[in-house]
Amino acid sequence: MVTVGIETSGPDACREFIELAQPEHPSLIDATHQMEARFGVVNIPNVTWIDEHGVIVRPPEPGWPGPAQYPKFLAQQMRTAAEEAESAELTPEEQRERDEQRAAAERVRNIVSGGQDRDTYPDAIRDWAEKGAASEFVMSPDEVVARSQPRPMTKSVGAAHFELGCHLWRAGNKDAAIAHFNEAHRLQPDNWTYKRQAWSLVGYELAGGGAMGRFTQNAPPGREDEWPFDSDFNRDIAKLEPGEYFPKTM
Amino acid sequence: MIVTDIDLTKEAFEAGTGWEIKHEGACKGDVCVTLDQSGAFDVQFTADRLRMAVVHDADHGLWAIGPESLGDRALVTADAPELVLPDLDGDEFRLATLRGQKVVVVSWAPY
Repeated sequence: MVTVGIETSGPDACREFIELAQPEHPSLIDATHQMEARFGVVNIPNVTWIDEHGVIVRPPEPGWPGPAQYPKFLAQQMRTAAEEAESAELTPEEQRERDEQRAAAERVRNIVSGGQDRDTYPDAIRDWAEKGAASEFVMSPDEVVARSQPRPMTKSVGAAHFELGCHLWRAGNKDAAIAHFNEAHRLQPDNWTYKRQAWSLVGYELAGGGAMGRFTQNAPPGREDEWPFDSDFNRDIAKLEPGEYFPKTM
Repeated sequence: MIVTDIDLTKEAFEAGTGWEIKHEGACKGDVCVTLDQSGAFDVQFTADRLRMAVVHDADHGLWAIGPESLGDRALVTADAPELVLPDLDGDEFRLATLRGQKVVVVSWAPY
């Protein structure tokens, strides 16, 4: 196994996760989104199978090691945030707002978790490991190409804008970066990695950092005027049906 | 790939895109696209043949060459592309060094 952390701001954003996992396999950092350009990865988590001869036998697809798991520090952070929200004394108006937020969050969870093979995906990998080319999950080379992500010329233009955005963001020219990110999102509306990456760069700053900072993919309450993107996670997710965010793979 | 001068050498284009410029043309795995190689390497012509976008940000003196879009698919061949990325310590790892083993490449992100 090889893991690739796709993160424009570089290794430190991935460090805590990798050091906690203590991997014995190569654990790489992709600051320039090469996994998108070279393989066609458009959302994470994402898995690609390559055989002993260097031939892809399953193109990039949503895949999981099993049921949802979070690192302990992140799970604790989520519990603490939930407990604080629960214990706060709210006015009736605030209570109504919180109920609406919870209902919206539940809708998002249903869309994001729909159509997945979390429990069975590892079994498919084990089947391939045991049977090799005879595994029912292995695809022919033509099938691999045909089932890789669609990429008309407009998506190449979008990828070029995204790379310009990442380059300018790292150089500290954030306004120029945002313009390229927005153009990339317009040209590649189905590329969730491009969206989540760009939103998280800004969200992290607006949230003031922290363990959950990079998961801030919408304007924090009261900071809506500072959100520079044409959309955000909740608005784009709301346009989908369950199974469209992570298409079923098996 | 990002460059500040679009007058690229063949070698720089190969390193940045993963396409090799051979006698047969521009090649990746078992796929080759013919090129007119009678003159010097022409990046714009090569990008057009591979259906790669070339986007210029004049304000910042940058060019970006997007990935190929041949066949309107992200993969033009099932041969795994060249991939060289650093680990946490900055040490580069080449995916091709794992030939002879089955490999599962798992992409993730901290967001």
